[in-house]
Amino acid sequence: MGKIASSSSKSASGFMGWLNDRLPVTQFYKDHLSEYYAPKNFNFWYFFGSLALLVLVNQILTGIWLTMHYKPDAEKAFGMVEYIMRDVPWGWLIRYLHTTGASAFFIVVYFHMFRGLLYGSYKKPRELVWVFGMVIYLALMAEAFLGYVLPWGNMSYWGAKVITQLFGAVPFVGDALVEWVRGDYLISDATLNRFFALHVVALPLAIVALVVLHIAALHTVGSNNPEGIDIKKHKDENGKPLDGIPFHPYYTVKDIFGVGMFLLVFLFIVFVKPDMGGLFLEHDNYVPADPAVTPLHIKPVWYFTPFYAMLRAVPDMQMGALIMLLAIVVLFFLPWLDRSPVKSIRYRRWPFKLMLGLFTITFVVLGWLGMQAGSVTLTRIAQVLTGFYFFYFIWLYFYSRNEKYHEVPERIGDH
Amino acid sequence: MTEDVNKSRRTLLLSTGAVGVVGAGFAAVPFLKSWLPSERAKAAGGPVKTDISKVEPGQMLNVLWRGQPVFLVNRTERQTAVLESLNDQLKDPNSESSMQPDYIEDIYRARKKNFLVVVGICTHLGCSPKYYPDLVPQSFDENWKGGFFCPCHNSRFDISGRVFAGSPASRNLDIPPYTFLDENTIEIGTDGEQA
Repeated sequence: MGKIASSSSKSASGFMGWLNDRLPVTQFYKDHLSEYYAPKNFNFWYFFGSLALLVLVNQILTGIWLTMHYKPDAEKAFGMVEYIMRDVPWGWLIRYLHTTGASAFFIVVYFHMFRGLLYGSYKKPRELVWVFGMVIYLALMAEAFLGYVLPWGNMSYWGAKVITQLFGAVPFVGDALVEWVRGDYLISDATLNRFFALHVVALPLAIVALVVLHIAALHTVGSNNPEGIDIKKHKDENGKPLDGIPFHPYYTVKDIFGVGMFLLVFLFIVFVKPDMGGLFLEHDNYVPADPAVTPLHIKPVWYFTPFYAMLRAVPDMQMGALIMLLAIVVLFFLPWLDRSPVKSIRYRRWPFKLMLGLFTITFVVLGWLGMQAGSVTLTRIAQVLTGFYFFYFIWLYFYSRNEKYHEVPERIGDH
Repeated sequence: MTEDVNKSRRTLLLSTGAVGVVGAGFAAVPFLKSWLPSERAKAAGGPVKTDISKVEPGQMLNVLWRGQPVFLVNRTERQTAVLESLNDQLKDPNSESSMQPDYIEDIYRARKKNFLVVVGICTHLGCSPKYYPDLVPQSFDENWKGGFFCPCHNSRFDISGRVFAGSPASRNLDIPPYTFLDENTIEIGTDGEQA
């Protein structure tokens, strides 16, 4: 007993000493900020992690405030949103911050994920960082979909119908499952209520927990960088990586600059073009939900459209749903599909650069196709691109096994 | 280490764990079941009676049953005459994998040949197809023989609600249970004897 007391009495005295004996605040600050050594060569692409965190905080804060003025009641929900927009002081701003924030979240996350593809950030030893990130992406998609239903506009209603109908693709129990998810024989007040509960309580809790795990896993293995060089190989006599700099103040300051740039664009959209011409807020959702009138062209919000295009490309519902699911599942396995020892695209040769470029174009074009009304030609293009989407991963698995690459320097700035 | 394991303690530990898991399983039941349709929702899903005497040949009446549109179509002879000839263009001409009551059979898919009762929800992703009764070329099909077309993802159905090959929908339109209470009254949601 005496020994424990004496070892803890070594720490600093005063208030911080008292606190640190009870909760390791200083140690936590050092581990994750002032003595978390990140590679010195972070570039533009490294803004998006901290920006995602910023948008998450924005969504939580504006979300809590929206909850104060909204009622998840099929009779009242649509009117409550109008009430927030017209009558609640500053309600319009809080709602537009939330709706624009939803799209901004996906823009930031797509850039963040693309950064991972460019520099091989998903590779050993960061597989878990990637997997947690993918789970966050999934949770985010669910969260965005649920939130989209709450204004109870006609697109909310029919979107909810189409998406819940996807559960019907599950063999044997499909139809019962759809009824269970909806809590009724149709999309109704019961559905709206549970979607509200999930959107406001369950999923935000899960997302915050997942973000903690994502960052904890990252800080265990350390950050990757544009060179894909492991900075832990070369340390000074104190064990500090020679090519690393403390996250705080170096990257906190850099990220604040990124936040400034981001807010410039983000707030411009919030104030000037919050519906983004129907891309962020769809026109059909300015009409109250009507079970008897299908909007002429049902489409999800832009961030789902690449997968929606795949769903539509397959002329069979069960297969379509399966393909869409696989398109997301395959991303989870990326750390094991890419077998090349080289991380960064900078040291990989043209076949990889070409294929990653084509893959990126494919994803973007699929996203565009998912917004268009169906036609024979467009469906054919979507089928070809869906095929290529999957081919990329198969190609990567075989190509990366004996990939030829440029020699990776030992240290950052060695070339 | 393994030789130090106290076997009876280990058994106790495992069985306690197993009981805990079973208990958690039981505890999950009320949470999962509370998502099922409530008694009120079930009551609201009761049968619906409709007067069909005003539906002229070729016309369609749209009735809500359990919140979903049900199409009541008084088909003309011209419309039903083409059904047989369409068989080889359909995914499931004999409705073998369709959702329909046992008394619905053959290519007419109706209790009375001329009168179609069908759930107006596309079996692809739940949009509501539009009724295109005329046998004239359409932008989506040059050889249109009358039927239903879903504007969401271009699924096409004939005048019996059978899906054409090449549509994203994989199942014919569903047929709800229904009964003719008399010549002019139909009840949707019950499997009564044919009047």
